[in-house]
Amino acid sequence: MPSESTRTNHGPVGADTLIEIDHVSFGYEPGRNVLNDISMRFGRGQVTAILGGSGCGKTTLLRLIGGVHRVDQGSVRVDAEAIDTRNAEQLFRLRRRLGMLFQFGALFTDLSVFENVAFPLREHTDLDDAMIRDIVLMKLNAVGLRGAAMLRIAEISGGMGRRVALARAIALDPELLLYDEPFTGLDPIAMGVTANLIRKLNDALGATSLIVSHDVQECFEICDYAYIMAAPGVVIAHGRPDELNASADPQVRQFIRGEPDGPVPFHYPAPPLAQDLGLGA
Amino acid sequence: MNWLAAIGRFALGSLRALGHHAFFFWELMRTLPTSLRRPYFAVAQVHALGNLSLLVILSSGLAVGFVLALQTYYALATYGAADSVGLVVNLSLVRELGPVVTALLFAGRAGTSLTAEIGLMKAGEQLAAMELMAVDPKSRVLAPRFLGGIVAMPILALLFSAIGILGAYVVGVLMIGLDAGNFWSIMENGVDVRRDLGNGIIKSIVFGVICSFVAVYQGYEAKATPEGVARATTRTVVISSLTVLMVDFVLTALMFSTR
Repeated sequence: MPSESTRTNHGPVGADTLIEIDHVSFGYEPGRNVLNDISMRFGRGQVTAILGGSGCGKTTLLRLIGGVHRVDQGSVRVDAEAIDTRNAEQLFRLRRRLGMLFQFGALFTDLSVFENVAFPLREHTDLDDAMIRDIVLMKLNAVGLRGAAMLRIAEISGGMGRRVALARAIALDPELLLYDEPFTGLDPIAMGVTANLIRKLNDALGATSLIVSHDVQECFEICDYAYIMAAPGVVIAHGRPDELNASADPQVRQFIRGEPDGPVPFHYPAPPLAQDLGLGA
Repeated sequence: MNWLAAIGRFALGSLRALGHHAFFFWELMRTLPTSLRRPYFAVAQVHALGNLSLLVILSSGLAVGFVLALQTYYALATYGAADSVGLVVNLSLVRELGPVVTALLFAGRAGTSLTAEIGLMKAGEQLAAMELMAVDPKSRVLAPRFLGGIVAMPILALLFSAIGILGAYVVGVLMIGLDAGNFWSIMENGVDVRRDLGNGIIKSIVFGVICSFVAVYQGYEAKATPEGVARATTRTVVISSLTVLMVDFVLTALMFSTR
């Protein structure tokens, strides 16, 4: 169980809060909550990691911040303004301020690498083609893919696709960056470069970054603060990386060290295997 | 009373579906002015959808023209009215077969392609990505395809009718030996541009709205799984075809009534 101090305080102390998740519950189907009464705070200018195993509601949380779904209970506030998913104008204003890297890239398969990165620039600015070209090439250079600018999406690997998606997410230099599993499918070199890029971008742009991931060590190296979530959509601990590394909480220790045995069960709830196989008395 | 509950559920479900379609149509209409400000997206779709269907439309039109001329000749020759083959073929094509068969072929060829494309974009989170980039997918993806279908349909229907008439000429004049002058002149005298050709074009525009709307709706509402996209694609063909045939009856009754 988390320590008392981390339980009562829902976020980084002293940081100016950009996003506040206040007692939020949410489920895609009635009676089956993905998130259960969670509260978090994300400090402006900070890199915050949301860590947790598969299916604990991390991606859903990012979608709630982006206003994709309406919360069932509680509220999500950005700059102290509660997100109302029925208010199209407010959603438009919010989304103009954010860039999101999707778990599987979500690249437009009918466009080239170049056009994917140029997409937000063409949609939201009146820049001329020469300026767009320069910006796109700089963004692609940052992720190491300037040479792949003219390739079709079908011609690049999954890892390259995620880097293109990252270049697209930062194309408009957003104020808030949401990264959904940014390290999945990357080779060690690309992973290190991407992690450093996330940190550098955050500091250079004065942005606020949220990273949803299960790569504990990569996230701890670059984040200022971290939340650890577990099924069924609850926060089990939060704190600075050094605090979490030193935590005596068995659930936190099991997750950080990747141990198979501990308070977090590996198996989905089921009757004993022998019973399912029809063995024994 | 289970049967009463079942009827009630069916009625409520149908009304809900109808309301959802109507609301979606209204939403699509609201995005049209924005899409028209960037017409190049719709023009690209006219080109893409037209090209996609052109070969099947032309080859079907030619085959229909051949068969129609042959059957009409067999029937009319019995009554000594073989000279009217050109007129009957033309009226059949321009008033009915051109718009209807083109719509059915369009639904099968371009409609399914539209549904699958939009459904796969949804499954690949491309539409969600657009939304989070503050870009409305209805305006950027659906509306240009919807407009493209509406514009492409009458062009394809006219091409279908034109190639069908040429097919009838080949069979009637070149193969059977009907008089070429008679074939064209009776057509010129008997076909009214406003009543026959104009109503045929109006029909194909209406069918364009139906087929394009069904295709984009089914794609957008498809479940984001391979099975979901497959089912949506099938529904596009079935719903478009049945709706076109039913609406055609209503339009024909309204347009060509002699009362």
